[in-house]
Amino acid sequence: MAGAAREDGKPIDSKAALSLVAELRGAFASGTTRSYQWRESQLRGLLRMTDDHEQDIAAALRSDLGKPELESILYEVAMLRNSCKLALKELHHWMMPEKVKTSLTTFPSSAEIVSEPLGVVLIISAWNYPYLLSLDPVVGAIAAGNAVVLKPSEIAPATSALLAKLLGEYMDNSSIRVVEGAVAETTALLEQKWDKIFYTGNGKVGRIVMAAAAKHLTPVVLELGGKSPVVVDSGVNLQIACRRIIVGKWGCNNGQACISPDYIITTKDLAPKLVDVFKSELETFYGKNPLESKDLSRIVNSNHFTRLTKLLDEDKVSNKVVYGGERDPTKLQIAPTILLDVPRDSLIMNEEIFGPLLPILTVDKLEESYHIINSGSKPLAAYIFTNDKKVKEHFVKNVSAGGLVVNDTTIHLAVHTLPFGGVGESGMGAYHGKFSFDAFSHKKAVLYRSFMGDAAIRYPPYTDGKLRLMKALLGGSILGILRAIFGRS
Amino acid sequence: MSEVEESLAEPRQAFKSGSTRSVSWRKSQLRAIINLVQDNEEDIFKALYQDLGKHPVECYRDEVGTVLKSARYSLSCVEKWMAPKKGRLPLVFFPSSGELISEPLGVVLIFASWNFPISLALDPLIGAVSAGNTAVLKPSELAPACSSFLANTIPRYLDCRAIKVIRGGADVGDRLLQQKWDKIFFTGSPRVGRIVMLAAARHLTPVTLELGGKCPTILDNLSSPSDIKIAVKRIVGAKWGPCSGQACIGIDYVLVERKLAPTLIDLLKLTIKSFYGEEPRNSKNMCKIINKDHFERLRNLLEDPAVAASIVHGGSLHEKELFIEPSILLDPPLDAGIMMEEIFGPLLPIITLDNIQESIEFINSRPKPLVIYAFTKDESFKRQIVSETSSGSVTFNDTMVQFLCDDLPFGGVGQSGFGRYHGKYSFDTFSHEKAVMTRGFFPELEPRYPPWNHFKLQFIRLAYDFNYFGLLLLLLGLKR
Repeated sequence: MAGAAREDGKPIDSKAALSLVAELRGAFASGTTRSYQWRESQLRGLLRMTDDHEQDIAAALRSDLGKPELESILYEVAMLRNSCKLALKELHHWMMPEKVKTSLTTFPSSAEIVSEPLGVVLIISAWNYPYLLSLDPVVGAIAAGNAVVLKPSEIAPATSALLAKLLGEYMDNSSIRVVEGAVAETTALLEQKWDKIFYTGNGKVGRIVMAAAAKHLTPVVLELGGKSPVVVDSGVNLQIACRRIIVGKWGCNNGQACISPDYIITTKDLAPKLVDVFKSELETFYGKNPLESKDLSRIVNSNHFTRLTKLLDEDKVSNKVVYGGERDPTKLQIAPTILLDVPRDSLIMNEEIFGPLLPILTVDKLEESYHIINSGSKPLAAYIFTNDKKVKEHFVKNVSAGGLVVNDTTIHLAVHTLPFGGVGESGMGAYHGKFSFDAFSHKKAVLYRSFMGDAAIRYPPYTDGKLRLMKALLGGSILGILRAIFGRS
Repeated sequence: MSEVEESLAEPRQAFKSGSTRSVSWRKSQLRAIINLVQDNEEDIFKALYQDLGKHPVECYRDEVGTVLKSARYSLSCVEKWMAPKKGRLPLVFFPSSGELISEPLGVVLIFASWNFPISLALDPLIGAVSAGNTAVLKPSELAPACSSFLANTIPRYLDCRAIKVIRGGADVGDRLLQQKWDKIFFTGSPRVGRIVMLAAARHLTPVTLELGGKCPTILDNLSSPSDIKIAVKRIVGAKWGPCSGQACIGIDYVLVERKLAPTLIDLLKLTIKSFYGEEPRNSKNMCKIINKDHFERLRNLLEDPAVAASIVHGGSLHEKELFIEPSILLDPPLDAGIMMEEIFGPLLPIITLDNIQESIEFINSRPKPLVIYAFTKDESFKRQIVSETSSGSVTFNDTMVQFLCDDLPFGGVGQSGFGRYHGKYSFDTFSHEKAVMTRGFFPELEPRYPPWNHFKLQFIRLAYDFNYFGLLLLLLGLKR
């Protein structure tokens, strides 16, 4: 059976979703998914699937997004392989209960924190990195021992179909399923009771997901986006700074990435120089005619193409283009575009751009940038290029975002020892590495006591003496306890 | 502007000013909580007596003492918790460093509940101020004396610009929920929990829901009579001790093998008598039922004819004093209200099983409870309980004490809620862990940049595998 929830190929409705969840709940209750062996075999399956089908994956991504092969390998295939490998290597360690010290108050006792799977989880993923953002959470869900339903984005249909087919072949289908579909199917899924919902996408749908989850008291992880700023200080190597911004902006799916730099803030003096370096570096990377370059993704669909051109064609913005601006509606391509000094009240500065347009805001003093960043909602990432230690410290202290990178962009995504997730409008909950395992686990506190050490003071009838001893006990002072016991307080 | 919006403006401003981020502010607030509780111990006892008929020893054990312990613990640790944590980074990113910085979320809203009106208000507040947030606290209107106490005292001790107390009922709660918060911490029932989360979704506000559930106790066949006696004492202590069973971690029902039931009932009766005397109503050692509504709710549970027939001890209700005697029921019907909803009162159903192993299936066929208590010396049964059931926490051979361990996370799963607190977990609940990565400008890896070619692809493959030897060969032109 190829992934899609119904064998007859009909789209899933509420009734079908209900029976799907019931089926997976049965599989989860049988306990199979809890064993180390099952988790390991499924992770190995994911790894094998990714290795066997690298070319198919790259082809699907080319079809959905015109993604250059190297980008597909770099950001989707290789990243997923790394996640699987890390989970396989660390799984034993992650699953081990964590010993905890207990206090004098509860002596004698021992305690531990046990990670247990949550149950049946729903993962709804996004179209921009449709392979990675679908399967990276799946790695966490499997590692933690859950049964999983994955709903890939219908906006990347080739990858969605590929995921349905491949997971059908490589995974244990009694516990891991793919449901393809759009709004109606997602709605049917969201009506069900899940033990966790992991959603990657935008704030609007994030709110819908959380509201649906509230009905069943289901915890959610929301991986959203936001306008991730880049602050460029003077005195840095502009060529390296620009290259690192370019690779994080246009080199990440042509700006269609949640952690892509959204806009730049720099000083009035530095801006012209910065624009010059951008121009020459962009030309080195993508040639004189970027629309011809094979190294840039296209815009995902005509809706998004229209949205982006609208941002670009707004009256107060269209005359601010200092580089690029070319577009080809037939091929859904937009060239890397830089805009200088766009007004703060323009459309482009009031929504997440999610495309190849990069506005540069200028300020008199760099400190003003904190005000600009903090007056908007909290972004998923914030970047700064500086050699000044004080400026860096100030930035780290004053800017709130999911994650910060100093002197580079987007690479924190690849560091599994750092949690990846948003705050405020950019989402809640985090994943990657051990954090993925934790996101899909319940941390159960387990306290072991013996029958000894039963103190009468815990029980009624209550007396003043008991009150005195209790104060001493909860205070944890041995002297106080002795005093209370010997009646001299 | 209504009182609600007005009260929010100041904490928002206070947070923006940055003053609440400093260690000194956090410590001063924790000290203020300690002083508040210490200076006003008698008033707290009085308020709790008024609202719930709570005895001072119980007040100290479950409210004053736990708050002092939490606040002192946070005071001694907060600086350590605030320190950035280093993250190890792979060599590919050399030279770079990674760290995790805990930053406050902003302005948080805390809903406390009426059963432990002091500790369930101040314990989350300790977490919120430790993490450097400003907060609005809404105590439960069902415990009016404690609610006024908090509203009158908190502004005198804590930074009144940053910490607000707003009193009121459901309408005030609704108005508060309309606002945008950076975190909502709710203690109460699943029904209201859903409302809170739904409102939070509108603003994408993360929530912690501390709910309840039917917490079972498994009583295995203990061979030593003294062990059974201790187990029964601890069961009585956790059923009628904490607020007359009106506690989220109180015991809801006991699972026991049929043959042990008569012994259990006899011992329960004896222990109840030794704790509360012949007339528990006059002992002053048991709380009353919070209000008329809850009294009626419990009366309805008890007066279901099939349930009433199962009463083996107690069962008398005193409407004037809102007092319900410790009551024991043997095998009430499983589809009766008393076995379908959280009891939250002094009624203890005993459910008999042929074999104690069946308790696992019994628990698993119901919503996940906040705690499972189990009295057993059988190590393999312990392992089975831990790995085959799901609950917020599990406590073996004792009751309630898990609440006192600062190093154990406290919180539910499934119907019993999500998110956790106590000790460092309280701090984490009210913090955002911000990942910060710092890079140098050199060396610069050329293969990161387009135009793409085969060499760059090879390079990146090897880099992702952390295959440094392969990378060296590639760079020297020795690898294809």
